[in-house]
Amino acid sequence: MNADCGTAVTRPILRERGQREVFCGLTGIIWLHRRIQDAFFLVVGSRTCAHLIQSAAGVMIFAEPRFATAIIDERDLAGLADANDELDRVVARLIARRPDIRLLFLVGSCPSEVIKLDLSRAAQRLSGKMAPDVRVLSYSGSGIETTFTQGEDACLAALVPGLPAAPATQKRLLVAGVVADVVEDQMRRLFAAIGIEHVDFLPPRKAADMPAVGPGTQFLMVQPFLADTARALELRGAKPIIAPFPLGAEGTTLWLKAAADAFNISNERFRLATDVPRIRAERALERYRADLADKSIFLFPDSQLEIPLGRFLVREIGMRGIEIGTPYLHRGHMAPELDLLPAEISLSEGQDVDRQLDRCRAAQPDLVVCGLGLANPLESEGITTKWSIELLFTPIQGYEQAGDLAELFARPLRRRAMLVA
Amino acid sequence: MQLTLWTYEAPPHVGAMRIATAMQDVHYVLHAPQGDTYADLLFTMIERRGARPPVTYTTFQARDLGSDTAELFKTAAREAYDRFQPKAMLVGASCTAELIQDDPGGLALALKLPIPIITLELPAYQKKENWGASETFYRLLRGLAQPVERAPRTGRRPRCNILGPTALGFRHRDDTAEISDLLTDMGIDINVTAPMGATPDDISRIADADFNVVLYPEVAGLAATWLSKTFQQPYTRVVPIGVDATRRFIAEVAALAGVDPEPVLAGAPSRLPWYSRSVDSTYLTGKRVFVFGDATHVIAASRIAADELGFKVIGIGTYSREFAREVREEAKRHNVEALITDDYLDVEAQVKELQPELLLGTQMERHIAKRLGIACAVISAPVHVQDFPARYSPQMGFEGANVIFDTWVHPLMMGLEEHLLTMFREDFEFSDDMLASHLGHGSNAKPKAKPIADIPHHAAPDTGAIDKAPTWANEAEKELNKIPFFVRGKARRNTESFARERGMDLITIETLYDAKAHYGR
Repeated sequence: MNADCGTAVTRPILRERGQREVFCGLTGIIWLHRRIQDAFFLVVGSRTCAHLIQSAAGVMIFAEPRFATAIIDERDLAGLADANDELDRVVARLIARRPDIRLLFLVGSCPSEVIKLDLSRAAQRLSGKMAPDVRVLSYSGSGIETTFTQGEDACLAALVPGLPAAPATQKRLLVAGVVADVVEDQMRRLFAAIGIEHVDFLPPRKAADMPAVGPGTQFLMVQPFLADTARALELRGAKPIIAPFPLGAEGTTLWLKAAADAFNISNERFRLATDVPRIRAERALERYRADLADKSIFLFPDSQLEIPLGRFLVREIGMRGIEIGTPYLHRGHMAPELDLLPAEISLSEGQDVDRQLDRCRAAQPDLVVCGLGLANPLESEGITTKWSIELLFTPIQGYEQAGDLAELFARPLRRRAMLVA
Repeated sequence: MQLTLWTYEAPPHVGAMRIATAMQDVHYVLHAPQGDTYADLLFTMIERRGARPPVTYTTFQARDLGSDTAELFKTAAREAYDRFQPKAMLVGASCTAELIQDDPGGLALALKLPIPIITLELPAYQKKENWGASETFYRLLRGLAQPVERAPRTGRRPRCNILGPTALGFRHRDDTAEISDLLTDMGIDINVTAPMGATPDDISRIADADFNVVLYPEVAGLAATWLSKTFQQPYTRVVPIGVDATRRFIAEVAALAGVDPEPVLAGAPSRLPWYSRSVDSTYLTGKRVFVFGDATHVIAASRIAADELGFKVIGIGTYSREFAREVREEAKRHNVEALITDDYLDVEAQVKELQPELLLGTQMERHIAKRLGIACAVISAPVHVQDFPARYSPQMGFEGANVIFDTWVHPLMMGLEEHLLTMFREDFEFSDDMLASHLGHGSNAKPKAKPIADIPHHAAPDTGAIDKAPTWANEAEKELNKIPFFVRGKARRNTESFARERGMDLITIETLYDAKAHYGR
């Protein structure tokens, strides 16, 4: 362990409880609904929920979305309408319009939780009615329970109990977390080259291709926000492989190595499989170092990707970290990341957005990573920003994307330098 | 419960945000769960504002529900006052906070802040964005407007307020500029424009105007009614969108102000009437148009479509249920039944059924138009980042009419080109991508969905097929050359395929016109 890195246990952290300028878990639907191609996400919530998703997804108006909202109205609240009858009616209309749906998620929201609408029972009932054509599951994406990417966590955790059982003796690797299709394909090739035979991804691209899980399964998280999913997998007997996350050449190597070690793969075989892409990734990063090295960076809390991102930017690109904010810190899953992160970088958990903006302005960072509500206001103050939601929409994991990831941070700075007017 | 793919209106607290964000020195403290801060991006990203909306959210979480969310609200309100030093504070709840019933108004008043506190009761499960904006504006006026002894009318210029423009409004920025200039040209002073740009102090002296100009009845109708009753300020009823409406608006304002309307009407202040009479516009005659949006813009657009451009309005509808009566009235003029709905699926179904040639709608109708391959122009909120153009592009006044002519006509195909597209409508290149070049104004995406017409699946031409291509008679070749070059190649291939399907070896002029007769309307 590096001596000037703070360990997960001792590292001080600023905990804030004020206004949190973050999305709720419903937002995850924006990428989840594209990943599982025959799944549909029905939010049971208010007009605010519907408006949130369409506003956050405003970039994708060119294909019909596989999500919708069942908007609760005053008749539902006053008890004039039976919530279950209403839900049945809405689901029937939905399925009639989209007969291609095989998996339907009922997604809970702040209002559905406050009025204690039991969506898990509704899902069971609807599943019984519509089996075998459509399976219905439920999870909560509410803002009172979940922050942004925790919605994906809740969704995947909801899938786990229904995964088929794998034979106890079979050694399998399960990769948990949504990645771009191209990233999945690359990772499959790498695992095959390393010598790990049975590799599954959760979620799969089709509802019918749910991976099997059992006591012989070891799982590797590709995203840093899967606390509930990990717990659910452990309940199925699967064992976690805790590793840094596959961002950058170093992150990807350590991530793959953790899996290789868990499957008793020799160092030689591992190196044989990963040397070429690792060196290629390092070469790809080289060209962005000129733009980014020694520049200071400040990350606002958003997706829980902040710590791995900060680690990547500081260690592999040579940026100077000022503050790394995260909405939530899972010390267990994040331990290997924290071990790699230089001790002088401040960590903050939660948010009081106005105070954090004060700290940010005082620090005058060269680059700020923040959400859509803050980016333009900071730009208009002369501070260069990278909006963070793009990091969930872009293939950034793995060796072949390491350069692309660095480019995402280099681009705002290069752009600012280009513009004269 | 209502199944909603897209919602036309945001919840009512977003309407309140549009008022607060439009104004200065006003702060809105909103009791809301974590996640509701998404609404900031409407203003910072869609409208590209360079400052955060003046809104503090309590962003409570589940763990707070067990303890004291009321205390959380009080802390947020106190800290917001200390940090932002507003001159007036709006307080209220979003949908979830409404359910936990913390009484933000009472809590804020208990803080005894030295500024006016305006409590907003915006029932999120009954009402929507425009209602929320209207109610907020009305409550602000009630809370802040002071009686004023107006100076006698003689010996001074007439004075009016401009009511209605908000943040995130469809072209509100440019409409306000256009109408302000028009009023100034008429010799009328503007006392206060609100909410856009107004401070609480401005609102307090709103009674010091002779009359009110209401630009957007959805937002300012209620406020104008109250001002009329309370301060005897009459208000305008005509919304100046379109040349005819602008003329009627000028007449109405002139009567209220006691000024001469003629100077601003003189000459040809808009190009729309001449462009519409220009012979190249003949092809616009009877174009079948479907109009959907907020009531104000739908009524105005239907008038312009029918009376100023010579289109045929085949369908009209609105999501503004509050103005259903007015839209139904307008529908009668066009002998159609108005569609009053906030259900996107209903609108989609009706557009599909009516198959208009032009869809005048909101951002939502752009989805429908893309799916169905129909030309489309946006006339109303809800809006998208593209509806905040960098250039000056009002909808109101004479310049607004110019903008509307361009915006609606450009997505349509030009006359001769249109005939060819009709004649050879089965050409595979006249389907998706070709249409995209015509429908593409304001769009950067190629629709991937379906072609407009059912396209027979011709086998890809292999060498054998080319060998068997029918030959062209000289006269037919000459006739073909009369077709504009940019579609000639397609015309050739299609006439050939027409001939081939009928086993003809030689294409004559007859064949060309047979094809026209076959494919013609």
